[in-house]
Amino acid sequence: MAILHPEIETLPREEIKKLQSEKLVWQVKRMYENVECFRNRMDEKGLKPEDIHGVEDLAKLPFSYKQDLRDYYPYGLFAEPLENIRRVHASSGTTGKRIVVGYTDNDLDMWSDCVARMLKAIGLSDKDIFQVSFGYGLFTGGFGLHAGVEKIGATVIPMSSGNTSLQIQTMVDFKATAICCTPSYAMYLAEEVEKAGVKDQLSLKVGVFGAEPWSESMRHEIEEKLGIKAYDIYGLSEILGPGVSCECEYQCGMHVWEDHFIPEIIDPDTGEVLPEGSTGELVFTTISKEGFPVIRYHTRDICSLEYAPCKCGRTHIRMNKPSGRSDDMLIIRGVNVFPSQIEEVLLDFGGNEITPNYIIKIDRVNNTDTFDLDVEMSESMFTDDLKSITKTEKAITEKLRSALGLGVRVHLVNPKTIARSEGKAKRVLDLRKL
Amino acid sequence: MLVEQISVFIENKKGRLSEIAEVLAQNNIDISALSLADTDEYGVLRMIVTDPHKAKKALADHGVIGKVTTVLAVAIEDRPGGFYEALTVLTDNGVEIKYMYACVSHEKGKALMILSVENPVEVEKMITQSKDGITNPSAIYRI
Ligand SMILES: [Zn+2]
Repeated sequence: MAILHPEIETLPREEIKKLQSEKLVWQVKRMYENVECFRNRMDEKGLKPEDIHGVEDLAKLPFSYKQDLRDYYPYGLFAEPLENIRRVHASSGTTGKRIVVGYTDNDLDMWSDCVARMLKAIGLSDKDIFQVSFGYGLFTGGFGLHAGVEKIGATVIPMSSGNTSLQIQTMVDFKATAICCTPSYAMYLAEEVEKAGVKDQLSLKVGVFGAEPWSESMRHEIEEKLGIKAYDIYGLSEILGPGVSCECEYQCGMHVWEDHFIPEIIDPDTGEVLPEGSTGELVFTTISKEGFPVIRYHTRDICSLEYAPCKCGRTHIRMNKPSGRSDDMLIIRGVNVFPSQIEEVLLDFGGNEITPNYIIKIDRVNNTDTFDLDVEMSESMFTDDLKSITKTEKAITEKLRSALGLGVRVHLVNPKTIARSEGKAKRVLDLRKL
Repeated sequence: MLVEQISVFIENKKGRLSEIAEVLAQNNIDISALSLADTDEYGVLRMIVTDPHKAKKALADHGVIGKVTTVLAVAIEDRPGGFYEALTVLTDNGVEIKYMYACVSHEKGKALMILSVENPVEVEKMITQSKDGITNPSAIYRI
């Protein structure tokens, strides 16, 4: 398969390090000048930009966290004046606690280039017709893939998400050869294609899937039912969006584009950098990004890195599929959910007492995540009037939907039926077998 | 007359109802009236019992949430039209009944209805001033 930029993608590792060092020194200097949060953290450590000479000094630099984006909401972490910010994206779902990221012209160009590298690596060209079924909007998925497809000269169908029958009809009529969406939606699409009996009318060759956890068995099922090869793409909006890393034709881990991003694996408890090959928390430093750069940003994803050159000829590090999270974040139907968000909503229904006891139950039925919430009945919620209890139940459901951006089935249960372990109840029952 | 009712939250699961009956029996609490309002998943069980506060405490010890509220017990002539006449008093005065259910009565020729209304004290006055009068509290609690 083709390599879009052989001079960069197959650069010897020593050269990569040199390039990274130059860019890191540049980034640290400009961030120190332009980003108050970063400057304060450097000052606290007694560090000056001059102390950073290259990647060997990376571990000296302060970490950054998702909370920073909330503390400096909306533009406080941007390293460029707003007139140079061409576009923003934001986390979908949560209200009030959104995070915002910004891109300059160069950032948008770099982003589309990262996606284009992947599309080339999995064999796509200007002859392809690519159906983008990630959502378009504040979410980075739709626009991110869209620009990459344009960059390789292929034809984009900007389909966005939802409306499955129209998705299938479009795929058939417009002769789409490639598609991107979340893996669980791909599973659903595959089943609907099977039901409609139109598999032999499809022109699909490949699919690009990401934005939520998926397993090898899901990959095989999607490949089987749609008659395609399914590739994994990784990204998060704080770093870039989809395209931070992605698989090549050999599907042996996702190449991290190291001319733009430096990955590290750290111990999530101590913050120590772990030896090569260890499994730990993935931390990224963006060395090219102008609008919203980060230094040593905690992704909370747990994975490991492969340093050996790949069979495809690329020298850039491969990261293994994240196996979990170092925080309690859940990904349900592609939406990030923290138990603390649920707690906040329930607190309103607890009167002056403590938060009602609850348990989150997640499963995957017919390839779609089910999301149930058992809430223990409390003195403050109970009345002798059934109608007002039903009203409370509906109010909880509605408030959660708007807070999480996700539908949840609420069940009121008897008090003391949810197990408490060591005083702190186990809040999540995730039965999905991924 | 005004009586105290205990309402409890009950999940629609096998055995929940008998569990509650068992707790009350163990505590020598008699049930003289009972009504269940439910959805697919849960319901509210309302009861007139010999000692509602003792019942609430005993049930709470078994993880059952209860609330004691004041409701109206209305004696109705046990003959055709008796129920209608009693209701007319309330509807004529614009009283909204949240829910009601029947209760055993040991008074001969009378049927007992338990009524939940917004202002039980006021409504009670309304009824005592009507020709049907009220029933004797001991007639209910004793049963
Ligand atoms: Zn490769």
